[in-house]
Amino acid sequence: MLPLVYSRPADIRAALTAASAADAYFIGGGTNLLDLMKAGVEKAKTLVDVNHLGLDRIESTADGGVRIGAGVRNTDAANHTLIRTNYPLLSQAFLAGASAQLRNMATVGGNLMQRTRCDYFVDTAFEHCNKRKPGSGCAALEGFNKLHAILGASDRCVAVNPSDMSVALVALDAVVNVQGPEGERHIPIVEFHRLPGDHPEIDTTLKRGELITSVDLPKTTATRNANYLKVRERSSYAFALVSVAVALNVPDHRIDSARIALGGVAHKPWLAEKASAALTGKSKNDIDYAAVAALAVADAKPLSQNGYKIPLAKNAVERALRAAVEAA
Amino acid sequence: MRDAAGFDAQRRVFLGTVAGGAVTAGVGLPLSSIAEETTHTRTPPTAVPATDVKFRVNGTDHHLRVDARTTLLDALREELRLTGVKKGCDRGQCGACTVIVDGRRINSCLTLAVMHEGANITTVEGLAALGKPSPMQAAFLEHDAFQCGYCTPGQLCSATALLDEIHRNEASAATPDVSHGRVELSDAEIRERMSGNICRCGAYPNIVAAIRTAGNQG
Repeated sequence: MLPLVYSRPADIRAALTAASAADAYFIGGGTNLLDLMKAGVEKAKTLVDVNHLGLDRIESTADGGVRIGAGVRNTDAANHTLIRTNYPLLSQAFLAGASAQLRNMATVGGNLMQRTRCDYFVDTAFEHCNKRKPGSGCAALEGFNKLHAILGASDRCVAVNPSDMSVALVALDAVVNVQGPEGERHIPIVEFHRLPGDHPEIDTTLKRGELITSVDLPKTTATRNANYLKVRERSSYAFALVSVAVALNVPDHRIDSARIALGGVAHKPWLAEKASAALTGKSKNDIDYAAVAALAVADAKPLSQNGYKIPLAKNAVERALRAAVEAA
Repeated sequence: MRDAAGFDAQRRVFLGTVAGGAVTAGVGLPLSSIAEETTHTRTPPTAVPATDVKFRVNGTDHHLRVDARTTLLDALREELRLTGVKKGCDRGQCGACTVIVDGRRINSCLTLAVMHEGANITTVEGLAALGKPSPMQAAFLEHDAFQCGYCTPGQLCSATALLDEIHRNEASAATPDVSHGRVELSDAEIRERMSGNICRCGAYPNIVAAIRTAGNQG
């Protein structure tokens, strides 16, 4: 780690000012940032502690949804009555991530900002990583890529986003509220994370100096008819090989709208648009599960070691969708 | 940077003080003298800005002046000499550094000391009351829930906080329905909730049994 200046602002304005320093980072729980600083991947010179800005509340919104402050701990978000009762899908996703200790530290805003666990990115002993060192190449393309992307990758980067929470947020059509030097913005979750393209060093559409203040969940009727399924190499405390979040609005026996999102398959939490659209208007008793699941991975392109992810993702979608449809 | 002679001198002091303890490099601060007093105001040796932080550890208030990079783990071990807190991976993966901060278990290696102004911290040294092992410590002894013991302080802090989480009805990935009902202290719940604490000796079955016993006493 480099020598640090640490500041603990008491309001958002002061935090934004402090963050204008060179190589300044906001720090929430620090579970990912400090790890990467120890590894020499992140080189912060100023840390702006955003744990004292009053961003630790969860409250109902006027339109029947819920606003989760960016500083809320993953544990608290997972266990809040409003989330457990109305958005159990999101509770499930939070609880599928990390360990109890880490969930007690990690914030919602930090979870959105966490970086890929691609070995070539997190270990500076590797020379070629376009995300860590733009223009240096991508060692994963021809290297150890069994955990890497099957959707939306580029020839510059095949890393995946590690978040469970974000996959559920995509299925729930959340909005990320941010505040920056130029004012507030409200970013739909599907536009918050980006695909690698020619600039894999940029994970999100946040602008320099912008701070995530909260995440809004719209009112949902997809409370019971929702499911989060995470497939991993051990039963706890591991990142997803593939995960699936399904949220269905089923007012009667007909699906009004559906959102299927996948984790562990792309540089961002992946909205399976065609699969989701294929469910609209379907009767609960008239779903071709295999066909919908096939649509979710129709555009998948495997690397040398991760071809297994295509049938895995397909089967996971089928299973999660069935559980969501059949939930009472 | 410290010169080699300075480092050696500190290393000797350290080894002399904590015989048999694991030697872990800090973040550039000299190792303090034994913390009889509760105020630590030494100036860091480099031109690194020093930051003040006050918190309570095992019932005692401490005022530290540290390099802002100091993790809570290093502050507890190197400044306050609470070497029961163990440094395993130092990357949030093994759980040996688990301590309880304001009622919650966290990995002390992945947080900075300066982020805990005003906090109430419990380490393994603070679990026993008046020299009597806590119910969880007694259950670990009864069930032989360790072999080498290196992970045990973290296991104990984690398990102690786990029971509080169950009492607060907090859910886990092993909870059948997060929306309804009370959370039960099943073996599946214990295993899932303890997944952040690794034991290389593989004492897991006995750890689960110890936690079950302690939980059923409460």
